[in-house]
Amino acid sequence: MSLWLLAMRRLARDRVGLISGLVVLAFVGIAAASAAGLMARDWSAEVGVSYAPPVFVESERREESAMAASLGAREDYGIADPLAEELAEIRKALTGASASEARAEKLLFGGDKWGRDVVKKAIKGTETSLVVGLAAALLAAFLGTLFGALAGYFGGWLDDFFNWLYSVFTSIPYLLLVLAIAAVLNQKGIATVVLILGLTGWTGIFRLVRAEYLKHRVREYILAADAIGASHARRMFAHILPNVTHVVLVQLSLHVVLFIKSEVILSFLGFGVGVDTVSWGSMLAEAPSELILGMWWQITAATVAMALAVTAISLFTDAVRDALDPRLQ
Amino acid sequence: MRYLARRLAQFVPTLLGVVLLVFLVFNWVGGDPAYILAGKIANAERIEEIRRGLGVDQPYAVQLWIFVKQMAVGDFGASWSTNERVSQIFATRLGPSLTVLVPLLIVSTLLAMAAAMLVAYQRGSLTDRAIMIACTIAQSISILVYILVFQYLFAYQLGWFPVQGWGGSLAENLFAYAALPILVGVVVSLAPDIRLYRSFFLEEINQDYVRTARAKGLGEGRVMWLHVLRNASIPIITNVMTMIPGLLAGAFLIERFFSIPGIGREVILAVERSDFPVIKAVTIYVAIATMVVNLAADLVYRALDPRVQLR
Repeated sequence: MSLWLLAMRRLARDRVGLISGLVVLAFVGIAAASAAGLMARDWSAEVGVSYAPPVFVESERREESAMAASLGAREDYGIADPLAEELAEIRKALTGASASEARAEKLLFGGDKWGRDVVKKAIKGTETSLVVGLAAALLAAFLGTLFGALAGYFGGWLDDFFNWLYSVFTSIPYLLLVLAIAAVLNQKGIATVVLILGLTGWTGIFRLVRAEYLKHRVREYILAADAIGASHARRMFAHILPNVTHVVLVQLSLHVVLFIKSEVILSFLGFGVGVDTVSWGSMLAEAPSELILGMWWQITAATVAMALAVTAISLFTDAVRDALDPRLQ
Repeated sequence: MRYLARRLAQFVPTLLGVVLLVFLVFNWVGGDPAYILAGKIANAERIEEIRRGLGVDQPYAVQLWIFVKQMAVGDFGASWSTNERVSQIFATRLGPSLTVLVPLLIVSTLLAMAAAMLVAYQRGSLTDRAIMIACTIAQSISILVYILVFQYLFAYQLGWFPVQGWGGSLAENLFAYAALPILVGVVVSLAPDIRLYRSFFLEEINQDYVRTARAKGLGEGRVMWLHVLRNASIPIITNVMTMIPGLLAGAFLIERFFSIPGIGREVILAVERSDFPVIKAVTIYVAIATMVVNLAADLVYRALDPRVQLR
């Protein structure tokens, strides 16, 4: 595996790549810790007052948020919510926290409408977004590689068929296709989002992998493999696949970014993850009404988390691509 | 000519595929639309009536045939929620969409070209690296954040622009209501465009003709502005062309937040209301537009660059 060793060495010399790689690792660690219940397990606990400001905001803010609270009260036109008590009961049963418990006036980085800690929400959202992005990218990479290998290796009617499928999928703009399927499924949840994004997002990988297979199948080492009696499947996946893995790998992480962004938009519009899950998109969905009241912390937390993660993944991808293909620079 | 005929002939299977895909998604995965239409107070009689009206009591093959016929005559029926003709919806929503998109494309392309030429000329320098990293960071922030923050800051807090809305005359729309949406669109598309166009410029700068031009004593200005710019414009122009159909439907977030009565907002409303005829029509129309524009882009490429052979 000297290609990988060389690439590792080149990567180790790239400072931007190294740092971004560490940040990616940190995010994966956070997501794993969150998934294992070590971090942000109690993200849905209502620990602070409604719209609790961050600790570092001066006290003059209090008046504003008091005004905001009264604004919020006016929103329901003075009609008391007849279900308020039942809802409180349900929420209490769900979160295990009592609504009448003493609530913090301020939280480390502020709270949302229900007084939930924004930092914990952002951590839990990191888990959701990374899981969705990675799972959807793996699905898309699997489909794209399989289709591309079949089309590029065998050619003929298989190639025609997959090219037709490719032109059908690419003639509909990606987000429009995703939205149309989301509208029809009308079903929320992480699995649904992963399926929608993965089943529609394989086209770019397919095109590149197919081109690689076209190039490789006439090379001498494949003719040699044929001569010693290697089967089609063996030639496709044991001989050619390792030589195109670097293409798939770079595409995989580019697609993680694409799918994280798509998930944020889907969740924002209400077609993404369910209400019992938090993602960066569902945090942003609460932001418009908060911003008007001058409460900037939730949108900031979600934006910073997302920008950091996506920037790190993008820079790391660039570094990996340069390390794998030094001619490109 | 033979190329054109062949490409046009290729439209047929692709379009049939799109129709099949849309049909599969909506009539098979989507389940029975009569339940959506009948609403909350549905009884068996009413559902049966709607099913007959829509033709969904027929076998799938017959339904597909109905759909193909609808498409062939360009009549997708009426919206399920407003009962407006789908063709009417498109005719009235296209104008506002274009009012935002045309200036947006022009401004963002020119700005991105200028910036890309600058960083490509100074490739490897600190400016280049800093701008590239800035672009990566700018790209990693969701378009939602740009819209929310810009609307809050420039319209709500500073009051430079109206928060949202749409007026009667073109000038009013263009300069009052579309200004902030265009600004947001330009800022969002700048980062990816600069990155892409920089690679186009780099491709040209490394060509032999650039060295020749320098060797025969041409000034740097002439080399960059005349030789490199002209050649790099070719992929840029075709790239901008192929982006148009996607933008028409893809600008839905901007149109939604700024209440612009365009096609994108119609799409998002239709998705929210499960208004299938509208979504189906948009998908088919945009697919056709994409195919036509891609062909046009290839032809333009051929016209601008005689080295390109179209087969």
